[in-house]
Amino acid sequence: MIAELGLAALWLAAALALLQFGCGMLAMRGSEGMAALVRPVAVVQGVLVTLAFVCLLEVFRVTDLSVALVAENSHVAKPLMYKIAGAWGNHEGSMLLWVTVLGLCGAGVALIERRLAPPALMATLGAQAAIALGFYAFLLIASNPFARLNPAPAEGAGLNPLLQDPGLAFHPPTLYFGYVGLSIAFSFAVGALLTGEVGPAFARAMRPWVLGAWIFLTLGITAGSYWAYYELGWGGWWFWDPVENASLMPWLAATALLHSVTVVATRDGLRAWTVMLAVVAFSMSMVGTFLVRSGILTSVHAFAVDPTRGSFILGLLVLYIGGALTLFALRVGTVREGSRFDPVSREGALVLNNLLLSAILGIVLIGTLYPLGVEAVTGEKLSVGPPYFNSAAGPLALGLVAVMAVGPLLRWRRDDLAPLARRLALPVALSLIALAAVLALLGPIGVMPLLGLALAVGVGAASLAPLWGRSLRRTPLFTWGMVVAHVGVAVSLAGMASETAFTRETLAAARLGETLSVGPYAVTIRSVAPVAGPNWTAIEGTFVARRGEGSAFALNPQARTFSRPPTQTSEAAIATRLDGQLYVVLGPQAEDGRWQVRLWWKPFVTLIWLGGAMVAVGGALSLIGRVLRERRAREALA
Amino acid sequence: MKRVVIWAPVVLFALFLGMAVFRLSNPGSTDVPSRLVGQRLPAFALAPAAPGKPGLATADLAGKPRLLNVFASWCVPCAAESPQLLALKQAGVEIDAIAIRDRPADVADFLRRFGDPYTKIGSDPESQVQLALGSSGVPESFIIDAKGVIRHQHIGDIRPEDVTDILRRIEAAR
Repeated sequence: MIAELGLAALWLAAALALLQFGCGMLAMRGSEGMAALVRPVAVVQGVLVTLAFVCLLEVFRVTDLSVALVAENSHVAKPLMYKIAGAWGNHEGSMLLWVTVLGLCGAGVALIERRLAPPALMATLGAQAAIALGFYAFLLIASNPFARLNPAPAEGAGLNPLLQDPGLAFHPPTLYFGYVGLSIAFSFAVGALLTGEVGPAFARAMRPWVLGAWIFLTLGITAGSYWAYYELGWGGWWFWDPVENASLMPWLAATALLHSVTVVATRDGLRAWTVMLAVVAFSMSMVGTFLVRSGILTSVHAFAVDPTRGSFILGLLVLYIGGALTLFALRVGTVREGSRFDPVSREGALVLNNLLLSAILGIVLIGTLYPLGVEAVTGEKLSVGPPYFNSAAGPLALGLVAVMAVGPLLRWRRDDLAPLARRLALPVALSLIALAAVLALLGPIGVMPLLGLALAVGVGAASLAPLWGRSLRRTPLFTWGMVVAHVGVAVSLAGMASETAFTRETLAAARLGETLSVGPYAVTIRSVAPVAGPNWTAIEGTFVARRGEGSAFALNPQARTFSRPPTQTSEAAIATRLDGQLYVVLGPQAEDGRWQVRLWWKPFVTLIWLGGAMVAVGGALSLIGRVLRERRAREALA
Repeated sequence: MKRVVIWAPVVLFALFLGMAVFRLSNPGSTDVPSRLVGQRLPAFALAPAAPGKPGLATADLAGKPRLLNVFASWCVPCAAESPQLLALKQAGVEIDAIAIRDRPADVADFLRRFGDPYTKIGSDPESQVQLALGSSGVPESFIIDAKGVIRHQHIGDIRPEDVTDILRRIEAAR
């Protein structure tokens, strides 16, 4: 019954999306009666699709095995949290989450948005409905999450054990809010192209939505990186896997958009470019979804691969991305050129920021698609790995971080180099001191991590510069947001550089009682014993680690065996200290009775995710600051 | 000039579409072919994998064309291909094998249950020779000519319909 209710709600939501699209287009051309209808329809559509998603959560919560999706992806003996998380840990459920977020975004715009001119708003909501329609069709025709199974099986096949982790409960939904939140920017851009209204008002209206989606994307990527780090047991935090790239590309585009939209809002420059970026950002989300869901790229993320579904999503890409890019090419002439500015200015730095971000986006996109292109042309199979991405994108990323340090210290419109040099003197000096200190105290390390560490110090200092000499209490919240986010980038960069340069690794086959050393730690393997959990059994090692003369502590890595589906996972034991993490993985036993053990000491690795979280918090402060200021401005007018 | 720039994103997107359509209409296989096909066998000398059966070294694989079967007692498709191997043996093909990550008792049990088409079986407990051969899984079979050159790699289990093809290739390797 619940499943049928969910399906009915989904069909109704699809019908309302059609209505919303039609009314939106008519309203844009001036039909006032239609205009009155669009907002309520968008809200009800959001409510209905949310109801469908809640129904899916409910059938997973009670493990209704007569629903095919539950039978294939859940199991009666699974902990409740993973039963619920299982609702989006599969193709159909995650696509339903996709349209749910899409519907909620549309409802959000309909409820909150008051700044946009009425025709532009109608066009925006119409475009949002057009996107939703395609994905409703995809769900209802090719991926029905509520399909019944007759007869119902007794216990269900289970969820991929790698996904039975708290990280999974939050990572995909967070990422989806980011991916799909960008649809609003896309719809705004389409609306602007249709009505020709691009200017500060459009940019100010779009900015909070972009910022909101970007915060979720940042959090999702940061959480995903940490999840891969501790759950996959490889000790790495970024693998340049196609699916990771699929989440990075929208983030890069959204970061560029976030900065260019500020130029439009403040100085009315970069109009056409900003519209283009808004189209590109959500296009990257859709391309990412396509790459992940069609299985045309080989990835460690084993998603259900289905060429029919791939063709369906590809059709949607042609419609939406192809349509929007063509619309851009045809209509961009109507977007008047914005105001001009000097190369040495805040705008100039933001343009450089945008160029570097776009270049990095291009590098990641080319690297991700290159194997596909080569196979299409020569038939040869290859994969593109970290050496390409690191050496191509790394230097640009360092350059980008340097620009990030300079940008906020520049005035809008035009500035002079001499005062800028004075403002930058201290950060540059700090960078050079850090460079010398690292070389003197820690010895020679790779060029990139060395530059990274030195830059992180200087950029951290320069990012605080906008606060120098200001009353901290009077500093607007969005300035605080920028400072926190930029310092977060420096913190994350320091973590990445430190992890790359100073990680110590010990791989050994060890007998019980043997002591291994890794970095400053001596680690003794005490015992290995079987343990059991709700739906798994494991062998658990007891390791005792001691740093110099410090007190000893125990670490318990496990090699888990899940019964449904039969899979083995490695649960690393990680001890977090202020200056880094000790990471222990227990491998299989060799024939001679020795255990394969991997130990890592990763100095300051936690800064990577701390920095990522700071970037997201900075975004949130900025968003709150903007919203509060606008509310005050409105109240002052009223 | 400006017109070109404006239409560039559309063109790039069309390029992407072309690749995606190509890939969707030609789903790639996940087989990993060995780069050693056409080259000499790497040098190895493996201990016996089962009691009473000799081990296997590179020097043994010369003189006449033969089949080198990479298998394991724990591998179900390996059991499924055993009737085809026996048929090949019947047809006069000499078959040697490498047992991957296996135990002598298990290999002996496997031969008892599914038949023994093998002349020699080398034990490769850490997959080292398997990797040197460029084999990424079990079962795989290599056709080795009289000079010890790998002529062909068959990935996956040998099905009944593959038998004549393998016989033909062995004949061609003479």
